[in-house]
Amino acid sequence: MSDLIDLTAAQAAERIGAGEIDPAELFEAYRQRAAADELNAFTWVAEAPPTGDGRAQTPLKGVPIAAKDLFCTEGVPSQSGSRILEGYRPPYTATVIQKLADAGAPLLAKTNQDEFAMGSSNENSGFGPVLNPWDRRRVPGGSSGGSAAAVAAGLAPWAIGTDTGGSIRQPAALCGIVGLKPTYGACSRYGMIAFASSLDQAGPLTRDVTDAALILRNTIGRDPHDSTSLEFPGTIELPSAEDLKGIRLGVPEDLTGAEGGIEPGVMDNFKQTLALAQRLGASIEPCRLPHAPHALSAYYLIAPAEASANLARFDAVRYGLRVAGDEDLTTMYSRTREEGFGAEVKRRIMLGTYALSSGYYDAYYGTAQKVRTRIADDFRAAFERFDFIVTPTSPCTAFELGSKTDDPLAMYLNDFLAVPMSLAGIPAISIPSGLSDGLPVGFQLAGPAFSESRLIDAAYALERAIEFDGSPARG
Amino acid sequence: MLDKAQVLHVARLARLELSDDEVDRMAAELSHVLDHIEKIRELDLEGVPPTSHVVDVVNVLRADEPTPPLPREVILAAAPEPLNDGFGVPSPGAQ
Repeated sequence: MSDLIDLTAAQAAERIGAGEIDPAELFEAYRQRAAADELNAFTWVAEAPPTGDGRAQTPLKGVPIAAKDLFCTEGVPSQSGSRILEGYRPPYTATVIQKLADAGAPLLAKTNQDEFAMGSSNENSGFGPVLNPWDRRRVPGGSSGGSAAAVAAGLAPWAIGTDTGGSIRQPAALCGIVGLKPTYGACSRYGMIAFASSLDQAGPLTRDVTDAALILRNTIGRDPHDSTSLEFPGTIELPSAEDLKGIRLGVPEDLTGAEGGIEPGVMDNFKQTLALAQRLGASIEPCRLPHAPHALSAYYLIAPAEASANLARFDAVRYGLRVAGDEDLTTMYSRTREEGFGAEVKRRIMLGTYALSSGYYDAYYGTAQKVRTRIADDFRAAFERFDFIVTPTSPCTAFELGSKTDDPLAMYLNDFLAVPMSLAGIPAISIPSGLSDGLPVGFQLAGPAFSESRLIDAAYALERAIEFDGSPARG
Repeated sequence: MLDKAQVLHVARLARLELSDDEVDRMAAELSHVLDHIEKIRELDLEGVPPTSHVVDVVNVLRADEPTPPLPREVILAAAPEPLNDGFGVPSPGAQ
């Protein structure tokens, strides 16, 4: 059985296609590992393999997938990591989950996450923190921390998460796996329990770049249920590049300079990876993204503002928790929300409500949206000279549980290198680029909107040269 | 800086019944975060249009064709207090 777990999802699919593996056996192998999980990576695990034949004829061949808790899945708990939705079983399924199921990837499990995807450590989950499989005293990153830990530990072949300001890329980096945030609009948001609607995007967390391409290929496309989703121009090719000849990489000194607070070990690894890219034929030059250092501030106004509006729906009337009492309606709202939401969610609702409140709207939200325009302009200008912008994914490796929970601002600074791309709506991928003191480091490549195929190809060439060994995390 | 009165005002707008302890903590934490965020107000943004959407999407329309909604009982199954084929709530009271 350990042979099965050592396969990437694409390799497993190929073996199923060749008749060498039974998809039900693969499902059961992972199901048992997921059910015995000691990392708290899951909020729900399937009880049995799906019934029915014909999966061998589908593109994904029956290789099962884990999905972040916030994806609505019919009849399966979908709680977005929040006690206010504890036990909620939606009457419908999110588009990307349905697309994956239709493509032959049945649901294996739901993964733990920061509550409503707000966090960078998974410590904000209403269902307890997730442990990092590389070192269980440390966080897996967030908010898709359960997805990242599950894939890294070999408890799921692959996973789908969401990224609002780094929530796929940062946990992927901290757990030593691949994470891809697609162009905004590439994948439907229908059925994703919303955090910040102008930023939320679904994307893969996988063991390698090829697996990420396979998931993306099967989840993109316009959806009548999401008016911001788009018909993806072209197709997603599976990667094949062997080198980076002619590829121009820009290193934004505005992000990688002193202000980024990048740990020395992470910086060393980043420079080694750049040297490797150069040996593969890439040219590397510094570039400017003058407004990118302000992305974090803009993000922490825009995302909480949108969250405060999105989370207004939790009113104890139609679904979720109700704190009972014979008081009036407003008191019921206020008490339910006080009890049902965790500390970070309340903090963001407060921040967002304040930023949108009368007298402050222009100064905060309006200003942040102008900064957002500037950041997108900076990237557009940079992409005239460069194919991709590269940075470390996270300023630090996995940190110890509890070490940043008392300082919200210190926690937010984890997102410094990830939020500029989110605000610009452009795709970015994190690949594992080595270890620093025994902990994984992520290397981030970002490209123009809809450049996913090229981005994946470049990441693949680098991945082959890096030869990262993720097996220690699978135990 | 946010003082206690502002925190209570915002909490009322957000329908959060914060405890006294939370009000104090929130005032300190939000002030700390806002001090950092305030820096963007020093940028010269004269004439910069605010972003309304990151990709060009104009007038997304769909055909106006009715489709059957989810059955009432399926929707009410998730409600904390289904009542007379609807959602039961406490009295709105004196607002």
